[in-house]
Amino acid sequence: MTNTKSIGQLLSRGILSENPIFKLALSMCPAVGISTTVMNGVMLGVAVFFVQVFSSVTISLFKDQIHPRIRIPSYTLTIATWVTVIDLVLAAYMPGAYAKMGIFVKLIVAFAIITMRLEMFACKEKVKDSFWDGVGMGLGFLVGMVAIGFVRELLGSGTILGYDVLGFKPLLFFILPCAGFFVVGLMMAFFNWIEVVYKQKRGVRS
Amino acid sequence: MRIKLRQVILLAFVLLFPGVLQAAETDMIAEKSFSGTNEIKVLFAAKVNTAIAGDMSRYTVYEENDPDIKLALTAATITDEGRGVTLKFAEPLNSANTHVVSIRDLKGEGAIDFKVSKSYLGYLLSILISAMLINNFVFTKYLGLCVFFGTSKRKSTAKGMGVVFTIVMLVSASMSWFFYQYILIPYNLNFLQIVVFIGLVSLTVQAVDTILRKVNPVLFNSFGVFLVLVIANCIIIAVPLILANNNYNYLETFMLALGAGGGFLLALYLMSSVRERLEIAKIPSSFKGLPIAFIVAGQFAMAFLGFSGLKLF
Repeated sequence: MTNTKSIGQLLSRGILSENPIFKLALSMCPAVGISTTVMNGVMLGVAVFFVQVFSSVTISLFKDQIHPRIRIPSYTLTIATWVTVIDLVLAAYMPGAYAKMGIFVKLIVAFAIITMRLEMFACKEKVKDSFWDGVGMGLGFLVGMVAIGFVRELLGSGTILGYDVLGFKPLLFFILPCAGFFVVGLMMAFFNWIEVVYKQKRGVRS
Repeated sequence: MRIKLRQVILLAFVLLFPGVLQAAETDMIAEKSFSGTNEIKVLFAAKVNTAIAGDMSRYTVYEENDPDIKLALTAATITDEGRGVTLKFAEPLNSANTHVVSIRDLKGEGAIDFKVSKSYLGYLLSILISAMLINNFVFTKYLGLCVFFGTSKRKSTAKGMGVVFTIVMLVSASMSWFFYQYILIPYNLNFLQIVVFIGLVSLTVQAVDTILRKVNPVLFNSFGVFLVLVIANCIIIAVPLILANNNYNYLETFMLALGAGGGFLLALYLMSSVRERLEIAKIPSSFKGLPIAFIVAGQFAMAFLGFSGLKLF
């Protein structure tokens, strides 16, 4: 990890090559639990995005003051503080959406992806790079949540963002909670398959 | 010294089981209980005037936390040769709540009130069973998935993880309950919930780590690696948050933590048994590893949906 990474590289790494949900398979709980609609995915994605960016910047700002031996507790406390802030803001300004997400907003504090980015990136790099790394990872999570929510909402209730697009309900099964496991599993397999096909094609060409 | 300790335990027992040792509210009522889905059975201490006891317009019944909503009766039948009465209701009763029954003019002027509730022990057990099976944290609440998929590859690892997990959960939930009841609520610091709970969990893990290393190095060698994973798990922080939401007392908290840990152990064990076999099975290459594990977990989740109507107590 060098300082010469461009903003584009930092962003694309979070969204594509190290996508937290599909590639790293971290923070799966909300991806399975509440991704029944696109809206839920967007809401939690945005919450995680802000917590990730703010925590990354905070840790990066104070990286010289934090003694290496207490770095994990200090990460945890930083994240917990920002999660509290987001939790209170959501509860105050969007009570409806907040009620739907239930306990998962508070559980952002235990998301492995955020701690991992702080440990691997923010505690070594400059504030600006950490900011863009946080943006990339947050967006990657948001994209993953929206993708799963899109599939489940379209197949489960035939709507996108509440608008009726299909006119009928293809498979009610997909809005059942347990379908989250199936959708995530099938999507992971799909991405693996694309990768295999892509590599084979490149291998033939070269 | 020995006797003193026993007395303390006895006293704690008496204090903690108020429901079991509850004295009868009135001398008139010998027994009362829920029966079926929409009945309350009452047994009087002596023979009563059957014309009054069998008159359903003299009864008013409501749930203790909703005194404004009176429940509609359809019949009051005299049983046990005038010593008992069975009240039938139009709607099924929610037997998890305490119901208050009041009878007008049964013995002289004025009403007699008494409460009908399930036995406290049964209620505690229902919390345990509910956290373990009906609301299994992994398969129906979707918590702790990172660790669940990470450590369910081998049966031995799964068992170790589950046991360590349950212990840490019990300790941290007890501490969180104490902090929540005696510090957060009295000083109005409820907004600090997340910060305090995550701090306590990390502390517990660190403490278990240190103690285990000194007391039982053999056990530490086999379980120590899992301890680090426990911090990054959402179940462990979900239990304090749930108990704070529901305002549980200590015994209820204990049962919830035990059920959550036991449920996690059960889920890990089931999953690891399947995954050990999956390794030698023929699966499409793009499904190898995590994708197939997710699909298996989905099937388990569907199976656990079957527990949703379970009611034991």
